[in-house]
Amino acid sequence: MRKISLDKLNQLFSKIAETQTLYMPVDTKTGARYEKWEEGKELSDALNTVRSAKDFFFPQTENLMDFKMEGKNIEIIDTRNEAEDFVIFGVRACDVKSFEILDRVFLADPADSYYENRRNHGTIVSMACTRPVETCFCQTFDIDAASPEGDVVCHKTDDALYLEAKSDKGEALLNSLNDVTEDTDGSAVDEQVKTVHERMSRLPLASLSADAFGADKTKEFFDRPEWAELSQSCLGCGTCTFVCPTCQCYDIKDFNTGHGVKRFRCWDSCMYSNFTKMSAGQPRLTQVERFRQRFMHKLVYYPTNNDGLFSCVGCGRCLSKCPIQMNIVKVMKKLGGKSND
Amino acid sequence: MIDIKEPLIPVVGVVTDIRIDTPDVKTFRVVTPDGKKAFEHMPGQCAMLSIPGVGEAMFSITSSPTNTEFMEFSIKKCGCVTQWLHSMEVGQQITIRGPYGHPFPVDTEFAGHDMLFIAGGIGLAPLRSVINYCRHYRDRYGKIDIVYGSRSMQDLVDYKEIIDEWSKDAGVNVHLTIDREQPEWDGHVGFVPNYVKELGFSTDKIAILCGPPIMIKFTLAGLLELGFDKTQVYTTMELRMKCGIGKCGRCNIGSKYVCKDGPVFRFDEIDELPDEY
Repeated sequence: MRKISLDKLNQLFSKIAETQTLYMPVDTKTGARYEKWEEGKELSDALNTVRSAKDFFFPQTENLMDFKMEGKNIEIIDTRNEAEDFVIFGVRACDVKSFEILDRVFLADPADSYYENRRNHGTIVSMACTRPVETCFCQTFDIDAASPEGDVVCHKTDDALYLEAKSDKGEALLNSLNDVTEDTDGSAVDEQVKTVHERMSRLPLASLSADAFGADKTKEFFDRPEWAELSQSCLGCGTCTFVCPTCQCYDIKDFNTGHGVKRFRCWDSCMYSNFTKMSAGQPRLTQVERFRQRFMHKLVYYPTNNDGLFSCVGCGRCLSKCPIQMNIVKVMKKLGGKSND
Repeated sequence: MIDIKEPLIPVVGVVTDIRIDTPDVKTFRVVTPDGKKAFEHMPGQCAMLSIPGVGEAMFSITSSPTNTEFMEFSIKKCGCVTQWLHSMEVGQQITIRGPYGHPFPVDTEFAGHDMLFIAGGIGLAPLRSVINYCRHYRDRYGKIDIVYGSRSMQDLVDYKEIIDEWSKDAGVNVHLTIDREQPEWDGHVGFVPNYVKELGFSTDKIAILCGPPIMIKFTLAGLLELGFDKTQVYTTMELRMKCGIGKCGRCNIGSKYVCKDGPVFRFDEIDELPDEY
């Protein structure tokens, strides 16, 4: 394990930024968000960013390819470029876990080369949480906010930052920082983890359980009458899907620039009525079906296809952002039966 | 530039022939600019066709893989992309990617069996690939029955091929029907599900259904009444798709993606899916 005192953090950041683009959460008027680090920017102490970290690998919009059209002829232009190496610094445990959930979609055969390219070039430096808040429920999905995963795992105490490599990529990054860090044992970190675990056990959602849900439970939950009541006030705004670190649905659209056509991909939402609309009909006619789709996907369909892994990391963004205060916790409590009494 | 294959990037296809099948269905012949098939496929698989600037959409490949020269797509005019495809002329380039989905099990579960194909309207498009595959490897299959119905005589897709080729094959019986009487029609009149029951097939066959949902529903009920088991009956499904590879998230029925786990399903498998299609 390596260590650097907090007053030297700038040295650490500039050392990383010498060879790679460095991103980290910084405070803005509208909350914390990931920005490219440059001299003068300070690491935010906010518990989490307003938007998740999924943009780094799955941006909200991206160009997929270009077309040149001439008379009856079409030329397809592959616009993909090898990504540059970059480091995302300060990713919380929930968002780190979301990468594994996205990987299982985008890297499944046939892999999405746009995602894979960025993923291969990104190094994740995670940051353990010290003060989780009332909207946090990562514990429900066996995520430990005090000991995140990542290529390098950081713990920040009152006076120092502790760094530990967890992968070859992380090892390489840490080795390159040996000039500015010093060797240390893990006792300060162990103590912090203990304190944070104690704090986590007192959170209001500490006992929320997902045990009632999981793989192969479609029949058990699909026709439940409670979906109507749960979705009654849903505006179909899609905010939950946009702030969600694991929502991965996308649309592909073409844009005619006047000189050619750009085909781009952008985030889409299963909460929108035209998501599944066809000339021949619409399988999800009302918001009840769309709402059900979102939560069935996270709690049943995704686990069915992914060895029981849930497609929620308990980051709590949807809890704080939904304009009608509806969220996955309420769904789990309502439908989860005895396990959540 | 990255040197890895990207499933979302298509290749260029040239439309070399356009056949007008019905007032709203045309069949397009597609090859690559150097005159080859864009890729190999199996009956039941689909391809994404696109006109850059208009959009991309999924279509069943209606030609059989045994056709070594070109691919064909029978397409009904019913939206932006199909409207554009219907308005193009021979020589137009489009883009094509695929093949997508699981094909019909033509070489395994179907092998050695009598086959009963039941289609309504444009529903013949995906079945034509299987029918021509079975006709090509005629000795691998038993008797072939084809029941095909449309609104009118003019709405029967592939009419010339059905009359000139299919119905002349030994061991192939074609049963055509149209919804309402027409002066120039001396064949059967009535809806497909009723016609299937009237014909009263023996139950030692594999049946494949494709057509409008209401036709599927009543035809399946009729087959079950005749004594068929759901494990003998197949269909191919269709939902809105963008990627074709189970990632864009919109064509799922429960935990199954139609683009990747389908589009071919057996009815006992469909029973396991939630009722949302």
